[in-house]
Amino acid sequence: MLRKIGYALAVLVAAVVPVVALVALPAWVIVAGLVLLAAWLAFTRTGHQTWSATAVAITTIPQRLGSSSVVVIGIAGVVGVLVALLAMAEGFRSTLQQTGSDDTAIVLRAGSQTEINSVVSHDAVVTVAQEPQVMHDVKGLPIASPEISVAASIPKKGKTTDANVQIRGVGEQAWELYPRLRIIAGRRFTPGLRELIVGKNAAREFAHTALGSKLNLNGQPWTVVGEFDAGDSHDSELWADTNVVATTYHRGDSTSSVTVRLQSAKLFDAFKTAIKTDPRLKLDTQTTRTYYNAQSAQLTKTLKILGTTVALIMAFGAVFGALNTMYAAIATRTREIATLRAIGFRGAPVVVSVLIETLLLAIAGGVVGAGIAWVLFDNYTASTLGANFSQVVFEFRVTPALLAAGLKWALAIGFLGGLFPALRAARMPVTDGLREL
Amino acid sequence: MSPLVEIRNLSKVYVRGKQKLEVLHHVNLDIAQGDFLALMGPSGSGKTTLLNLIGGLDSPTEGTLTVAGQRIDRLGQSDLARWRAGHVGFVFQFYNLLPMLSAAKNVELPLLLTKLPAAKRRSHAAVALELVGLADRAAHKPGELSGGQQQRVAIARAIVSDPTLLVCDEPTGDLDRQSAVEVLTLLQRLNRDHGKTIVMVTHDPKAAEYATHTLHLDKGTLVETAEAPAQAAS
Amino acid sequence: MKYFNLVWSALFRRKSRTLFTLLSVLAAFLLFGLLDSVRTAFANAGHSVAGASRLITISKVSFTLELPKSLYMKIQTVPGVAEATYANWFGGIYQDPKNFFANEAVPSNFFDLYPEFHLSADELRDFQQTRTGAVVGASLAKRFHWKIGDQIPLQATIFPQKNGSNTWTFNLVGIYHVANPSERQQEDALFFHWQYFDEARAFGNGKVGWYIEKIGDPKDADRVAQAIDAIAANSDHETKTQSEDAFQASFVSQFADIGLIVGSIMGAVFFTLILLTGNTMAQAVRERIPELAILKTIGFSNRSVLAMVLAESVLLLAIGGAVGLALAELVVSIIRARLGAVPMLPVGVEIWLQGLGLMALIGLLVGVLPARRGMRLRIVDALAGR
Repeated sequence: MLRKIGYALAVLVAAVVPVVALVALPAWVIVAGLVLLAAWLAFTRTGHQTWSATAVAITTIPQRLGSSSVVVIGIAGVVGVLVALLAMAEGFRSTLQQTGSDDTAIVLRAGSQTEINSVVSHDAVVTVAQEPQVMHDVKGLPIASPEISVAASIPKKGKTTDANVQIRGVGEQAWELYPRLRIIAGRRFTPGLRELIVGKNAAREFAHTALGSKLNLNGQPWTVVGEFDAGDSHDSELWADTNVVATTYHRGDSTSSVTVRLQSAKLFDAFKTAIKTDPRLKLDTQTTRTYYNAQSAQLTKTLKILGTTVALIMAFGAVFGALNTMYAAIATRTREIATLRAIGFRGAPVVVSVLIETLLLAIAGGVVGAGIAWVLFDNYTASTLGANFSQVVFEFRVTPALLAAGLKWALAIGFLGGLFPALRAARMPVTDGLREL
Repeated sequence: MSPLVEIRNLSKVYVRGKQKLEVLHHVNLDIAQGDFLALMGPSGSGKTTLLNLIGGLDSPTEGTLTVAGQRIDRLGQSDLARWRAGHVGFVFQFYNLLPMLSAAKNVELPLLLTKLPAAKRRSHAAVALELVGLADRAAHKPGELSGGQQQRVAIARAIVSDPTLLVCDEPTGDLDRQSAVEVLTLLQRLNRDHGKTIVMVTHDPKAAEYATHTLHLDKGTLVETAEAPAQAAS
Repeated sequence: MKYFNLVWSALFRRKSRTLFTLLSVLAAFLLFGLLDSVRTAFANAGHSVAGASRLITISKVSFTLELPKSLYMKIQTVPGVAEATYANWFGGIYQDPKNFFANEAVPSNFFDLYPEFHLSADELRDFQQTRTGAVVGASLAKRFHWKIGDQIPLQATIFPQKNGSNTWTFNLVGIYHVANPSERQQEDALFFHWQYFDEARAFGNGKVGWYIEKIGDPKDADRVAQAIDAIAANSDHETKTQSEDAFQASFVSQFADIGLIVGSIMGAVFFTLILLTGNTMAQAVRERIPELAILKTIGFSNRSVLAMVLAESVLLLAIGGAVGLALAELVVSIIRARLGAVPMLPVGVEIWLQGLGLMALIGLLVGVLPARRGMRLRIVDALAGR
C-alpha cells in the first residue's frame, strides 16, 4: 500500500516538475536540454540502447499512422490557436507601443483618459508650449502640436456599413514632433485648407481615401492630398490642419490635447511637475509611451488570457488524446517491447524511448501548428475599436518568441502524454508480454 | 415426414482473385428432426463451410437448402439474419461470448431480438443457465469462468430462444478432456431429453461418438464410410 | 432501448481509453460553451425584444458628437413616433478605470421606453423626484454591493462640474431587473438625471448624446427614420437614425469580428476532436470485430449493428459533451458572479441545443466509418479471424 502511494507520488512529481520547467524556463535552456539528450543518445551505452529502442519504435510509426497523427494534429491545434491569439495580442501591443516614446509628452484635461474626452483651451496650449523643458526647433519655436481628435463615421472599403476613423488635427510643428512619419505619396496638407493626408492603414481600410478623392466631413468636402507611413497606430488616422478641423467641428479655439517634444526624456518629471503646480492649468501629463501603452493594455491582457485559457483547455484534451494513442501504441508493440526486454534492454531505455517517440510526434505537431499560424496569420491585418472610439488597424505578429512558446507547449503536452504509457511499458512483465498474441 | 434439413445438389465456390475454389461439390444430405449429426473430415474438406451454410451464415453458389420447410438458399442478408434469429443456435470453438457482459446477459442476447418483455427475457435466460448447470455463475463475466464453463454459457445462449437447430463448430476444440466430456454430455442430453436437432463439426473421433450419426466429408463431397461409427455411442 | 445495455458495456470495454476520450470531448465542449457564451454576448449586445420597436438617432458625423436638444420637440411630432427620449454618455469611472460600466444621463420618461428594465413604481417615483437620484441594474448593484440609499461617487472623464469638481455623487434610489437571461448584460449600467447633469456640467449644455424613439409599428421603421433624419438635413448637425439592433450591431462589429475568431477556434477544436474520437471509435470497432460477428451470427441485422456502433459514438460524444457544457455553464456563472461586466451570456437553452446538435452530428460523423465496417463484415471471414 505504502509503496503504491509512494509510486503514485513519484510519478506525479515526475510529471509536474518537467512540465512546469518546460513552461517556465527560457527557450535556450530547453534547446540545451535537447542537445544534451541527443549527446546522451549518441555517446553513452544506455543512450545507445535507448536510441535503438526508439529507432525500432519509429520504424513502426507508419503502421500506426492514423493514431500517431492524432498526437500530431491534436498538438498542432493547440499550438496553432495559442500562437494565433498571442500573435494578435502582440501585434496590437507593438503597434501601440511603437506609437509612443519617452521623450514626447501628451497633455490632456485632468480626468480625461483619452483624447476624445479631453478639451484643452488655447491659453493652456500656449502656456504648456512655453514650459522650459520643451525642445525648440531651429527657428527657435517650441515643438508642440495642439491636436484635435474626432471620430468620423465614413464608409469602409467594399462594405456598405460605416466605421469610425480618427481624424487628427495637428499643429504646424507636427513634422518635427513625429520625425518617423514619411509622406509616401502626394504631399503634406497645406495649413488653412481643407486638405487631408491619410495613414497607409486607413487608406487600405476606408473608401474615398485615394489621392485626389473627396471626403465629406461634417457636410464639408475635403481633398486627400497625401498618404503617410508612420509605422505605428497613427497609420490608422487621417491628418489635417488642427485649425481647419476645429472650424469644421465647431470647436472654437480649444483643442483635444497638446503633445510636445521634450529636450530629453529625463526632463519629463520636471515638465509634469511644472504643469501640475501651475494654478491656471487643470491638466494631466503623461509620456506618449505611457499613454499608448495604457490604450493597448486592456485588449492585450484580454487576448493573452483568452489565448492561454483556450490553449490550456485544448491542451487538456490533447494530452488525453496523446495518452490514448501512446497506450494503444505500446499495446500493439507489447511483444516487441517484451522482446527488447528479453534480449537484455533495461527498463530505462524503454521508458525513455517511448517518451522520445511521443516528444518527436509532439514536436512535429508543434512545428505544424506554429507553421500554420505563421503562414495564415503573420502580418494578417485586423482592426478594432481603439480608445478614441475609432478604428485602430494592426497586423498580427508571429514573433520567434511566440513560435518558441508554442513549441514549449507542444513539448509539455507530449511529455505528459508520453510519460504514463512509458512507465506502463517499463513495468510490463517480460513473460506476459512475450505470451501476448 | 420430410426431413428437417433437406440439402440438394449444394455447391459452394469461393472466388479468390482469379482462382475459383470449389469447397463443396454437389452435396446431398437429409437431417431428420431429432438427429445429432457429427460432420468429420480433414481440414479443408469443407465441413465448416457446410455447417455455415446449414446455419445460414453463408449462401450456396448452387443447389437448394430447405430447413423446416423453408428454402434458405436464396435469402438475402437481412432475411437470413432474421431467419437465424428464429431458427438457429450457434456454438463455436472459442465460445465467442461478449467479454463485457455477465453470463446471464450473454445468454439473454438472442432474446433481445424477440418481442419478449425484459422480465421474461431474464427468466428465460435463467432457465437456460440452469439447464447447463451454471445458475450460480449468472453474474460472472466470461473472463471469470473456465473454458468449459464459458462453453456451457455459449450453449445456454444457443438454446435460449428454443431454435429449430443447434449448430456447433468444434465445440470441444479448445477444451481439456474433462471439460470436453461435460460439454458433449450436455449436448447429448439436449438431443435426447429435449429433442434438439444438432449438427456438430469435429475432427475428434471421441467427440463424434456422442452423436447419433457421423458423416465424413472429403474434398467437398460426402463419403460413405464402412465403419460408420455414428451408431457407436447409442 | 433494450440494446442500451449492450451499447453501454461496449463503450466501457476499455475503461481508460473511453475515459481519456471522454475527457477530450469534455474539453472541447467546455471550450464550446465558454466561447459561445462570449459570442452570443457580443451578438446579443444591446439586443432585446423590445429593441425591435425602438430607433436610435445619432449624429451623422460621428456618434461621439452631441446633438442639439432643440430636435426633441420636432422628433416627437414625426408621424409614427409614439414616444421619444434621449440620453447622454457620461463616461464616469467608479474608483478605478477597470470597473468599467455604462453610465448615462436620462430624462424622467426614459424607463417608459425601456419596459424590459423592471423598476418598481415606488423606485421609479423616487427616481423622478430625486435630483441627484440614480438607478442601477441588479448585476451591477451586486458586483459593488450597493443598496438603495448608498452614495455613489463617479469620476468624470468628459464632463467636469461647473464648480470645477470632477466628482459627481449620486444617491442610489432604485435597482432594476432584466427578466430575460440573454439580455441580462443590460443590468450592468447606471442611469441618472439628465436635468441635473445638464445644469451642473461645465460645458456642452443643451446638447444630448442621442435620441431614442419608440415607434407604433416596427414595419414603419424605415419611413419614420427617414422622416426624423429629414428634420436636420443640410444643417450642421445632420442625424442618422437606425433601429436599435442595427446601431448595436454596427458598434460591436467595429470592435472585432468575434464570430470569426470564435468560429476559427471552434473549427480547430472540433477538427481535432473529430480526428481524435474518430480514431478511438476505429480502434474500438477494430478490436471488436469478432464480437460484432457474433451478434450478426445470432441474428442481429446489419442495420442494428450499424445503429449500435453509431449509438456508441453518439453516446460517447453526448456524455463527454454534456459534462463539458454543464461545466461551462458552471464556470460562466462563477465568472459572471465574481467579475460582473464580462461579455459572457449564461449558457442557456440556445447554447445547449446547439451543443447537443453538435454532439449528435460529430457522433454520427466519427461513428459512420467504423459502423459501416462493422455492418459490412462478413461473418464467415470474421469468425475465421480473417
